[in-house]
Amino acid sequence: MSGQDANPAAAAIDFRDVVKRFLRQDRREESFLAVDRLSFEVAPGEMVAVLGRTGCGKSTMFNLLAGLIEPTEGAVRVLGHDPFREFDWFRAKMAVVFQNDRLMPWRTAIENVELGLELLGKGEKERRAIALGWLERLGLKGHEDDYPHALSGGMRQRVSLARAFAVNPEILLCDEPFSALDELTGQRLREEYTQLVRENGKTSIFVTHSINEALQLGERILVFHRPARIALEARVAGGDRDTIRRRVLAAMEVREAVAEQTDR
Amino acid sequence: MNRWYTLRTETLIGLGGVVLAWQIASYFFPPYLFPPVPAIAQKFLAIFVDPESLANSGATAARIFAGLTVSFLLGVVLAFLMGRSERSYRYVYPLLNFVQGIPALSWVVIAIIWFKGTEPRILFIMVATTVAAFSFQILDAYRSMSKDLFEMTLSFRPSRRDLIRTLILPTVVPGMLTAWKVNLGNAARVVVVAELVGATGGIGYQLLLQQQLFDMAGALAWTLVLVVFVLIVQQVIARIESWLLAYRPTAERSA
Repeated sequence: MSGQDANPAAAAIDFRDVVKRFLRQDRREESFLAVDRLSFEVAPGEMVAVLGRTGCGKSTMFNLLAGLIEPTEGAVRVLGHDPFREFDWFRAKMAVVFQNDRLMPWRTAIENVELGLELLGKGEKERRAIALGWLERLGLKGHEDDYPHALSGGMRQRVSLARAFAVNPEILLCDEPFSALDELTGQRLREEYTQLVRENGKTSIFVTHSINEALQLGERILVFHRPARIALEARVAGGDRDTIRRRVLAAMEVREAVAEQTDR
Repeated sequence: MNRWYTLRTETLIGLGGVVLAWQIASYFFPPYLFPPVPAIAQKFLAIFVDPESLANSGATAARIFAGLTVSFLLGVVLAFLMGRSERSYRYVYPLLNFVQGIPALSWVVIAIIWFKGTEPRILFIMVATTVAAFSFQILDAYRSMSKDLFEMTLSFRPSRRDLIRTLILPTVVPGMLTAWKVNLGNAARVVVVAELVGATGGIGYQLLLQQQLFDMAGALAWTLVLVVFVLIVQQVIARIESWLLAYRPTAERSA
């Protein structure tokens, strides 16, 4: 699905000519461009991986999508609504899994999973049952009452996955959640994540800097260059993975070289 | 030997050494300078069996609690005001800094001129001398709130009330408890000064009486009552702290 030919009404996520500039903290009159006329769409139930090198604006795009920052120009629509201006409308419709687990250290594993449900106003019994179900599903039975410091990195990230899935969102946003984990744990969690997203029919945007991870977690890959703009769009399903890998790598290298030259 | 045992032994040795040195000094100096330890202990214990003395101690404790409670509530409001609005911060911070620089004795003089009754005077002095410290400590705790946790909580679109309940309060609680511990000591010192000049009851007033009677044993006994009170309340706060912060990991090896 390209940015031009898709039907915006049907898109779960629609970025239209989005520009984001930040004021430099030390020099107020100067700004730096993080996102440059970014346009793409994501269909409902689609799994999209966003790939790019460090500093290419992936996280800015992510924060725009989550409604945490406002675009300087252009429009971001998620499920037909503006995530920044209609912030509260997205309660329980969108959940985020961050790069680090972001668990509250004063809450036990189950209390962390219950957070979103608690904020939705669910009753204690209902939220406990839902949270227990997700912890069990993610292999954390018996660790419900452990505080985050007593859990391993992989277990903590599982808790944060459970916290996101527990609110039953339509859209899942993931910002490199498995990048700090060892290869084996990361692989296992990627498999679990893919299975959960597919089983529950969620729309997923997965930000990563790893080609392998993008190939595993995206039915479609969007390669960003710096400042954030689509350098390449590749459909993974049905395609030859080695060819896609070579194309993605070439796009990243070429775009990075151009960006570096522009910087100089 | 565990750390707690070592600490207790050392504490006892240190305090015991001072008591022993005092008792030895009492053999060489007149009682109005160094009264013997048993005489001090006797006066100290007498305070706890005499209803009037207990009422005096209770009055001081009540003044400390009242002053700290008002100061704490005001400190919370000012800290959140400064934390949430840069403009408020620019107005309030220098003002509190200025207030903090005013000596307790100046507040006593101002209170005597401004207020008629004893209790309003003491309450005013207590609040004026502790509100800045409360505000700064709570503001520091608020500002040290993790941006990551803030964004994570925000991603669930909480109401303002829920954000305060689930994130902000648990974040600032350790800072609030530290503020109480620090200000308790300050308040105990200030309340005595305030009672010395204006009150007709309380530990400060009793100290003034002992000075007029030239009774060193009595003065020390009343001082000890205040110290014991502060230590007990600090222990209570420490217990609350360890209960509330039980989730924190502890290192086996200390730094």
